[in-house]
Amino acid sequence: MTVTALGAAALLLAGCAQDPEEDSGKGAPTSGASGGATTTLTVGVFGAFGLKEAGLYDEYMAQNPGIRIEQTSIERNENYYPQLLTHLGTGSGLADIQAVEVNNIAEITATQADKLVDLGKAPGVDKAAYLPWKWAQGTASAAKGGATVGLGTDIGPQGICYRKDLFEAAGLPSDRAAVGALWAGDWNKYLEVGRTYKAKAGEGKAFVDSASGVMAAVTGSSAQRFYDDQGKVVYKTNPAVRGAFDLAASFATDGLSAKLQQFTPAWDQGFSNGNFATISCPAWMLGYIQDKAGPAGKDKWDVAQAPKPSNWGGSFLVVPKAGKQAEAAAKLAAWLTAPAQQAKLFEKRGSFPSASAAYKLPTVSGAQHAYFGGAPIGEIFAKAAEAVPVAAVGPKDLVIAQNLADIGMLQVDQKGRSPQEGWEAAVKAIDNALDQ
Amino acid sequence: MTDETAVLSPSAVGPERPAAEGGGRSRPGQVWRSRRYRWDLRWSPYAFVAPFFLFFAAFGLFPLLYTGWASLHQVELTDPDSMTWVGLRNFTRLWDDEFFWNALRNTVTIGLLSTVPQLAIALGLAHLLNYRLRGSAFFRVAVLTPYATSVAAATLVFVLLFGRDYGMVNWALSTVGFDAVDWQNGTFASQFAVSTIVIWRWTGYNALIYLAAMQAVPAELYESAALDGASRFQQFLHVTVPSLRPTIFFTCVVSTIGATQLFGEPLLFNGGAGATGGSDHQFQTLGLYLYEQGWVNLHLGRASAIAWAMFLILLLIAGAARLLRGRKETR
Repeated sequence: MTVTALGAAALLLAGCAQDPEEDSGKGAPTSGASGGATTTLTVGVFGAFGLKEAGLYDEYMAQNPGIRIEQTSIERNENYYPQLLTHLGTGSGLADIQAVEVNNIAEITATQADKLVDLGKAPGVDKAAYLPWKWAQGTASAAKGGATVGLGTDIGPQGICYRKDLFEAAGLPSDRAAVGALWAGDWNKYLEVGRTYKAKAGEGKAFVDSASGVMAAVTGSSAQRFYDDQGKVVYKTNPAVRGAFDLAASFATDGLSAKLQQFTPAWDQGFSNGNFATISCPAWMLGYIQDKAGPAGKDKWDVAQAPKPSNWGGSFLVVPKAGKQAEAAAKLAAWLTAPAQQAKLFEKRGSFPSASAAYKLPTVSGAQHAYFGGAPIGEIFAKAAEAVPVAAVGPKDLVIAQNLADIGMLQVDQKGRSPQEGWEAAVKAIDNALDQ
Repeated sequence: MTDETAVLSPSAVGPERPAAEGGGRSRPGQVWRSRRYRWDLRWSPYAFVAPFFLFFAAFGLFPLLYTGWASLHQVELTDPDSMTWVGLRNFTRLWDDEFFWNALRNTVTIGLLSTVPQLAIALGLAHLLNYRLRGSAFFRVAVLTPYATSVAAATLVFVLLFGRDYGMVNWALSTVGFDAVDWQNGTFASQFAVSTIVIWRWTGYNALIYLAAMQAVPAELYESAALDGASRFQQFLHVTVPSLRPTIFFTCVVSTIGATQLFGEPLLFNGGAGATGGSDHQFQTLGLYLYEQGWVNLHLGRASAIAWAMFLILLLIAGAARLLRGRKETR
């Protein structure tokens, strides 16, 4: 009772942006050709998730005439996720399938597993098809029942996207194998290439978009990040995190960064105006770059191997038990995340499969990205994905990563604070955020 | 039977009649009916306003009290059911919470930066609109259009205008020889930028309120002022403003409440990082800090304490305003 009331208040606070859409969806005339009863399944996602854009819903609806799929999307996960939690808390307002970002999955499996369907037992789900670490991330601990509540969609193996024309103008090689070789094996070499680039490219041309982008890439290549295997918060003392912070800060202090904040309008404009030469790009970012840089950027961008294999992002699908059509939803979730569909999502949107079984499919292994100069992205990202270290994720990964980037690194990058000041500001904010 | 209904047909009789008849000699049925009639008279108004109070209880009072209850607990959004009693700890820790004080300071400065110019401009605009103009209805609608725009849409446009690298404001500044301003990172610059969004949205709204009040000012006052040789501006100062004093007070109160709750503009002004209010929390308002604690860090208890602190601050301001006004009126 109290939970419901609190949830109602929470709904008012968190905004009901999603609800009118849902209502209008229910009221809309159905176009099902079956003539029989039509089941409408809703999928709640954040950002441009890609399932819809890749045509997977249309394909499923064509195969299952009785099913209609509708998607609601909230632009930022930061707004989407608390809303998902309040909806799970009240058991209302939920879509039949909900997306969960990898940074949140540990909190979901630890605290919400009892409210979610065990998809590990859903028909059509094959554990062996997935990367073992991805499967483990979506599975609750044995103490919490051990249910696999999240099915992995994509992962984010990283490469370095770079501007061929700017590299050439600065006298650097522009062939992707040669570019990858410039910094192979060591993030410090990436910094060195940046210094060389700056010396030759002149004023107003930055090497990277933002220092925080570099930091995310470097932390993603570390086997231990913010939590240790026992689930203890160790970001403060982990040399890998501090090392990544300081290395990324060097890009800011050396003037190699365009001082942008990722996922802001100014960042978007940065792509189309070409005021930075490289960006650490997880596979899912290729579509974003293509969108923002537009037709004018075609044949200018290319993608090379990153200094070290690193993972940034990736998502899961969960099915809330509160849904009236949980069974149909589980079937759809299993289908959407099956290797064949993951391969299609990769083909259309560049979201890299978390199902390793998909890597052998020709659409993945032979994939080339026309916009990025026909780069063999299947090969590049598969190579990275296979060597990504298995890092323990903790419940507050997102909060820690966010404050490190948006408080600490941003102060260094945009306000010209010293790396030490930035680090201390981030630690203070994180301590405040973790303190219950 | 028939004569009873004739006597007691409620619409036909005035309210005194049944009471006068209740002197003991009437039959029991009649007593009952007259009693019912009196109850009806006394209680039905309450029944008519009851829906409001029910809604208020459900969506106003209950959340308020429940928030107060939650503020005395440690409770997380991931599991709102399990609450641990911590007494006043959530409040006492606010004393040492530099983020809270920073947010409070920002709320006050942004509030002043936005409210003062906003009301001054609104008063001037209303004065202009009060002239006999061709197409005055058009201008009145025009000043109100910003208010009809959604906060999100307005803020996103302002973010582009105030962009550091490609923003129009910096472009305009550069054409007159100024350096580009980093509107998002400077403490004053960012607070000023956020304030302009608030000013842009609310000035027209306040102008219309002032205009309505101005039209209630008797024309004779202006006529006699004009006869005494007062200029337009003197009329504004000595006739309009004093007559508008209660309205000005009302808009000040409403704007103060609005400024205390400022949320959407600073949230969206920081498109990349959301509730942090800038890398240095330079434009994090109390509303944003509450949101960050509750919906980003998921600490509902702490967020509730902030909500109650905001409520108490508003009560304090209201009390201070009342004292001030009371003193003025006795003078």
